[in-house]
Amino acid sequence: MLPPVISARLHGEPIASLPQDLYIPPEALEVYLDAFEGPLDLLLYLIRKHNLDILDIRMADLTQQYMSYVDKMHAAKLELAADYLLMSAMLIEIKSRMLLPRPVELEQEDDPRAELVRRLLEYEAIKLVAQKIDALPQVGRELLVAQACFEHVAKVQLPIVEMEDLLVAWRSVLERAKHYTHHHISREQLSVREHMSLILRRLQQEGMLEFTQIFVISEGVQKMVTYFLALLELAREGLVKMTQQAAYSPIYVQASELMA
Amino acid sequence: MMQETQSIQQLKNILEAALLTSSQPLALEEMLRLFEGKMERATLRMLLDELKSDWNERTLELVQIASGWRFQARIEYAEVLGRLSPEKPPKYSRATLETLAIIAYKQPVTRGDIEEIRGVAVNQTVLRTLIERGWIDVVGHRDVPGRPSLFATTKNFLDDLNLRSLQELPPIDNLPQQEMEI
Repeated sequence: MLPPVISARLHGEPIASLPQDLYIPPEALEVYLDAFEGPLDLLLYLIRKHNLDILDIRMADLTQQYMSYVDKMHAAKLELAADYLLMSAMLIEIKSRMLLPRPVELEQEDDPRAELVRRLLEYEAIKLVAQKIDALPQVGRELLVAQACFEHVAKVQLPIVEMEDLLVAWRSVLERAKHYTHHHISREQLSVREHMSLILRRLQQEGMLEFTQIFVISEGVQKMVTYFLALLELAREGLVKMTQQAAYSPIYVQASELMA
Repeated sequence: MMQETQSIQQLKNILEAALLTSSQPLALEEMLRLFEGKMERATLRMLLDELKSDWNERTLELVQIASGWRFQARIEYAEVLGRLSPEKPPKYSRATLETLAIIAYKQPVTRGDIEEIRGVAVNQTVLRTLIERGWIDVVGHRDVPGRPSLFATTKNFLDDLNLRSLQELPPIDNLPQQEMEI
């Protein structure tokens, strides 16, 4: 199973095919890395390329070849190498377990390679079936769904309004208007930003405050609302940190700069 | 007013008009609504089969997919019609396709399951691509630490691949575990 065709250049020369031996110039490694979808893919490639029997892998050869890839990879592209290194560890573990003498009764059932072979075959099956799925016709690619235009002209159903409904509506408007008559919004002298500073100053002196300590109940509702808005604004601007250990437990307010 | 007895042709015409003008595939239940309860499911199926064969020699075909029935252009016109759209259809990476295949065949699966099979970390953009396409979604969470999301394929995925059910996906080669010469 060959990886997809790569069009890349190395020192200005186009690379037409993967090299026959396992040596890859470090500069070209990144290009090849992108051709493999991970350590399983690379292993499969090595096995299929050398026509090895997947059910009877020669671990020493495979591990050696694999490691030579990973060594170069390690130098070139570290973040990719992690998955590959995990596989190296697995290969070496398998090899070492094969070297150890095993009790006779276990020999039949417990080949150390079994899990690797299972994963390789599973991955290969997925890899092949993914290609088959991609080959299926797809809406938007090979399939075009027909749609004729049809404009729904719905008959507009007007609601029926009785005199009584109008009266009820009018009364409720009057009722609601009453609520607003005495509600004069006067420009409050308290400014939110001013209270932001007040809070910050207190925090500088006292360090940490419990949420409820911010508010002085005797100062009235408007003042408390202003404090609350100021606190929200401070939090939004990242000037204070509010912390709570658990739901319903006390909330603590702290100036951000003090924590730094 | 709909007459008590309509000719088969009239019934098929109603279905045809509904299917051609619908923006979504129509499910049997929806098509039954067209006849205000005066239609048996079996009759409807029969009518749809007839309508399908009526269109046999035409440029459009009536197909059944996961969420119902729809008309679509016959596949031989794909290439020519593709010239009308300036944008090339998206080509998915191998990582995306393999992830999709794992979700399709092993669902519901977690990100960890996908990583286990592919042997590499799953890139978040791969999952996002598939979710945005409407092909996969989160169907629950596995009850293990971290409560990872369980992904599954959607009806939309089957619709877009012209399939009625997951069974119609290409068969996956069974793992010849029994044959292992160990």
